[in-house]
Amino acid sequence: MDQQKMMSMDRRGFLVSAGTGLGVAWLAANWPAAVSASEHAHAAATSGVPAKLEFLTAEEAAEVSAICARIIPTDETPGATEAGAVYFIDRVLTTVATDAQPVYRDGLPQFQEDFHAMFPNAGKFSAASIEQQDQFLHTLDDDKAPPRRRNRPGSGQPSFFETVRMHTIAAFLIDPESEYAGSRSGVGWQVIGREPGHSFQSPFGFYDKNYPGWRSSPSAQQAK
Amino acid sequence: MKPETPKYRTSDEVDFVIVGSGAAGGILAKELGSHGFSVVVLEQGPYLTESDFVHDEIKVLQEDLLTNHPKLQPNTFRKTPADTAKHQRAVVYGRLVGGTSVHFTANFWRFHEIDFIERSKVGAIPGANFVDWPITYNDLEPYYTKVEWEIGVSGLAGASPFDPPRSRPYPMPPLPVKSSGVIFERAARQLGWHPFPAPMAILSQPHNGRTACVNCGFCFAFGCEVGAKSSSLATAVRVAEKTGHVEIRPNSYVHRVEIDERGRATGAVYFDAQRNTQLQKGKAVVISANGAETPRLLLLSANKQFPNGLANSSGVVGKNLMLNSGAVSMGVFDEPLNDYKGYAVSRILHDFYELDTQKLGFYGGGGLDARFDVTPIGFAMGGLAPGSPRWGKDFKSALHHNFTRTMGVYGHGTSLAVEDNSFSLDPELKDAWGLPALRMTYKDHPDDIKLANWLGARSIELLEAAGAKQKWTYPISEQEFAVHLLGTCRMGKDPKTSVINTDHRAHDVKNLFLCDGSSLVTSGRGQPTMTIEALAFRAADRITALAKKGELSAS
Repeated sequence: MDQQKMMSMDRRGFLVSAGTGLGVAWLAANWPAAVSASEHAHAAATSGVPAKLEFLTAEEAAEVSAICARIIPTDETPGATEAGAVYFIDRVLTTVATDAQPVYRDGLPQFQEDFHAMFPNAGKFSAASIEQQDQFLHTLDDDKAPPRRRNRPGSGQPSFFETVRMHTIAAFLIDPESEYAGSRSGVGWQVIGREPGHSFQSPFGFYDKNYPGWRSSPSAQQAK
Repeated sequence: MKPETPKYRTSDEVDFVIVGSGAAGGILAKELGSHGFSVVVLEQGPYLTESDFVHDEIKVLQEDLLTNHPKLQPNTFRKTPADTAKHQRAVVYGRLVGGTSVHFTANFWRFHEIDFIERSKVGAIPGANFVDWPITYNDLEPYYTKVEWEIGVSGLAGASPFDPPRSRPYPMPPLPVKSSGVIFERAARQLGWHPFPAPMAILSQPHNGRTACVNCGFCFAFGCEVGAKSSSLATAVRVAEKTGHVEIRPNSYVHRVEIDERGRATGAVYFDAQRNTQLQKGKAVVISANGAETPRLLLLSANKQFPNGLANSSGVVGKNLMLNSGAVSMGVFDEPLNDYKGYAVSRILHDFYELDTQKLGFYGGGGLDARFDVTPIGFAMGGLAPGSPRWGKDFKSALHHNFTRTMGVYGHGTSLAVEDNSFSLDPELKDAWGLPALRMTYKDHPDDIKLANWLGARSIELLEAAGAKQKWTYPISEQEFAVHLLGTCRMGKDPKTSVINTDHRAHDVKNLFLCDGSSLVTSGRGQPTMTIEALAFRAADRITALAKKGELSAS
């Protein structure tokens, strides 16, 4: 999904993005090897042992991880960190989203430079306070402020921040039972309240609990 | 267990070569095979089964497990013939055995009587190629009933005062109502409208040896893991194979209909899984490749005899494309609906099926449904109200609160046939097999846009009456993305203005038949598959009658 559509979602845009996900450009273009990416993230997140990074350096991973942690923060419930988002992203970048490698490789230094310009004494993004991190990210959020052009790798390509945002969401909310699962123990689904089962029985929710049963509309006979 | 099916040699001249195994192709294979005809079904996609179907959004939606892949089969798009088409994904369809019926939502509305005769009632509409069908609802009614019983549709006859006449009730009751359906039903009645249980091609109870729906919640865009969704894969294809006369041949990408010097079809040329070119010989060819690929195949089959494309003396192959118009509104409620459980739509209404064109100042009609078919990643990408946080603590909180409390009210309506709206061959872009890519040209008729806005307003009115805490409707814009692929080889009596006759026989080629969304003359109100399947049952009867009279081999 490009920035323009993200900023002005229309009916068809919603159907495409929310209904089928087909507009998510990086995903649409790059998913054939997602199995290994997600399995890697799943293993990394569940093992407790830091996984070997294949694309990101340790320093880059720390920075990206810190960004992920602000996109879906850990509070009273798990967030992107617990989902192993950075490991998922790392493997994706060497398999199915290789097109996004420049977005990270070139975008992160620019991101860091811009962050330093805003907070000269804060050190790296990952070392900064949460308040500083959020304040800076708000300047990159396309819905909140004009995007910084230097964080855009080129026309048609999502910005660095937007790319990390979409990657983080995907890592957090992938079906935890699937072979592609990138979300440790289904933490993302737990957070949004989606039970992982494959079989449910009615009543499903609050409003159908006491449904009295179907009856014809009172004025049905007059409707024609 | 998969039955033993015949393996025909490509040199065997089978009775019928069918291109495509979807909603129409599957039924034609079943019917023709049941009459003892030898049939080869050439399906461009793989033969997947229930065990291959998963809930993974990335594998299914991004990797295109079930659908045409934009890298292998790219599209181009332009709004008008005067524009240069741009490379962009414009068309999505099921590319596997069972076709689009595998991943559809399974809303199964019959067309009403008015759909077949509306031009006569409404009159000409400027800018539209608006005509009546050459057949009527009464011609199709027995076949709608056949679909309901043989393919499997749940519903409640007589529940809607707007329903057309029917010869038999549904074979099974409606699926259990969802919270979205209860909310919709109460609000609609408050407004004086007439909601009713949605007819769905999903089993509410065991039927024809298949199991009932388990309410897993992954209908739209996903394959059914238990075979309760009445796809061609779960129904017609399985029956076809049991006849002992039908071979389903997957990974067979047909790109030309072979024609002899007499102008008769002699078979279909296709790329096999190894991309070797093969010719399957047949006495007759039936193309059910969908409303995009059927006209594309005819255009790809142009030769000296048919320089404008096969069966295209009228020049209308690929034209008059209709996508259906519509609107999407969303509402958030106080308590959890948990609408991610279960099938997508449990209540609909047809109060607006036939609107007063004179009074409103535009043509159109449609229905509303209560729906939730948004997947978790999709919801996070686009399911929150416009202006909601997109990241951070508030974003996470909104996902936590809203995912279980959100429902949609969708409007589904007519779209008018416009001659310039079309599928054609892109002059430059090629697919991975070196064939010209599919080019879509589309600009909504102004009345379609007005109707979509009108339906959007009704959707919001309903959500308002329902007491939604948050509600919004997505702005209507001109469509550039096609799922319903209708009207591109329309049926008609006049060979100058239509491609097939009422037997689905190409006017120009006596042993060539076309049956799928391309056959439709008008768009209906947004749920075309039921009608495509009824047409397929009817076409099978007509083709069988012609074959038994010896007409297919004599011409």
